[in-house]
Amino acid sequence: MLRRLIRPISPSARREERIFYLFILPWLIGLVVFNAGPILGILGLSFTDWRISFQGLNFVGLENYRTLFADETFWVSVGNTLYITVGRVVLGTIFALFLAILLNQKVPGIPFFRAVYYLPSVTAGVAVALVWIWIFNPQVGILNHSLRLLGIKGPTWIHSTVWVKPSLIIMSIFTVGPNMIILLAGLQGIPKELYEAAEIDGAGAWEKFANVTLPMLSPVLFFVIIISVAASFQNFTEIRVMTQGGPGESSNVLVWYLWENAFVYFQMGVASAVAWIIFLLLMGLTGIQFRLGRRWVFYEV
Amino acid sequence: MTHPPVAQEPRKAKGDAAWYRSIKGRRALAVLLTFALLIPLGILFVVPFFVMMSTALKTKPQIFQFPPSLIPDPIVWQNFPDGWYGYGIIDFTNCTWNSLKITVNNIVGNLVSCTLAAYAFARLKARGKNIFFGILLATMLLPNEAVLIPQYVLFRILGWNDTHLPLMVPPWFGWPFFIFLLRQFFLTIPEELVDAAKIDGAGHARILLQIFIPLSKPALATLAIFAFVGNWNNFFGPLLYLRTPEIQTLPVCLVQYQGAYGNTDWNLMMAVATITVIPVLLLFIFGQRYFVEGIATSGVKR
Repeated sequence: MLRRLIRPISPSARREERIFYLFILPWLIGLVVFNAGPILGILGLSFTDWRISFQGLNFVGLENYRTLFADETFWVSVGNTLYITVGRVVLGTIFALFLAILLNQKVPGIPFFRAVYYLPSVTAGVAVALVWIWIFNPQVGILNHSLRLLGIKGPTWIHSTVWVKPSLIIMSIFTVGPNMIILLAGLQGIPKELYEAAEIDGAGAWEKFANVTLPMLSPVLFFVIIISVAASFQNFTEIRVMTQGGPGESSNVLVWYLWENAFVYFQMGVASAVAWIIFLLLMGLTGIQFRLGRRWVFYEV
Repeated sequence: MTHPPVAQEPRKAKGDAAWYRSIKGRRALAVLLTFALLIPLGILFVVPFFVMMSTALKTKPQIFQFPPSLIPDPIVWQNFPDGWYGYGIIDFTNCTWNSLKITVNNIVGNLVSCTLAAYAFARLKARGKNIFFGILLATMLLPNEAVLIPQYVLFRILGWNDTHLPLMVPPWFGWPFFIFLLRQFFLTIPEELVDAAKIDGAGHARILLQIFIPLSKPALATLAIFAFVGNWNNFFGPLLYLRTPEIQTLPVCLVQYQGAYGNTDWNLMMAVATITVIPVLLLFIFGQRYFVEGIATSGVKR
């Protein structure tokens, strides 16, 4: 390794190397100042009793972690985060794949439909979260009104401790646009010959899907799932605007728990511990997925 | 984080041998079935907009009417100015300027810093490159919230709290996802073009400016649109760093409005919400056309 690093290289290669580092310099600075530094900083802070001012900052060892693990709300928020993440990722990925397959059909007007399906993804934010409060309104909301027309008495959605998490999952289904496009690109990358060969072997639509589409698409699906898990962990806007972690603690997710500890109770040390746990949990989940991925992701040889 | 899609055009049916080989009748049925799914789903996806628009145009008694009506009657256009100027407590015009200023700065910052890094990762040879690329991929997954508190501390030490700086400076230092996507696009630009330019004596700065950037317009436009959407909708950052009402951005202003009048003036709030969504809608509609054009020009990919 060292030998390779000190191996003499030509002046032109050296110049190219200098330009490489010059070009990535802004990103490198950002990496150190805004990412790597903070991640280490937060680890340090999670061992202190820091509140909002730095005066009287004490090293408390694992005290914050002990406090966290003894706090029932913390475990509730872990459970809620996992519930919403699994729901969002499973349903969202299936739905995105379904839409991508639809958009991959050879019918006129596809660019139009692609735009329509993508639309809610670009407008996601406070404005649309506000609309969803109104859609989920138990009395005058359009959702329960539609259900009533079908003879179903709808639940109270975001005002119900049971339904608030499904509500958030339903809402997230509308923002699968990016995944849909990534999967669509993946579908279009599958060589036609494979389908033709399957047809010659007498494969039906389902067999073609199960034996050609899914294996060929599995690397893209894997990518989509990894990204979706990460995105689901960071879902703050909807919680803040629509539920504020409620009713009760039924939509209190880790990010909300972090926010409350840091900027409502000013328990910065505890909040730092939460941040570090979010980071570890996400890394752990990603690691597990890579491990499982070895079994189901098919890479062309 | 919303992540940018990879824009791509579906293949044209024309000239597709399999199309003609299949039986016409079965084909027609398949088309019909596809539309039977495409259209209801399309309607479903515009429901939130429809609700927003129709609520924005209703009178106050009508929004609480039971059973709810979908079509406003009468149509109250006055809700738009009434909502915007509201009760004079929230200055939406000023909020819009703040949002616009931050968004434009961040698009430019992101494009400049990400283009440089993407070019380096796609086209330059250097020792240690693979290690840094690995780090880049890993940071794509780093949750913003995990680094939020130390960033907050950092900006407080710098005295940047309650200014736009914490929102406007970091975009000049790259965004891992954009760097990655742009690098993927840069990799598709033929090596021969670069070699030809090198023979002509062009340096890397010139190759980047005169070959890569012009050829990557669709990719850059796509990234610009994502940066616009992400920054325009950004809620967490402004909520965290900004205190003074005069420097607040649109999403936070909307939430303040919700806090003040949220339980009664839904029609006015939806009117303001509609206005805030319009720039994103326009850009998206414009961008759609750009995607399509971009695919047409990407014949160079082969």
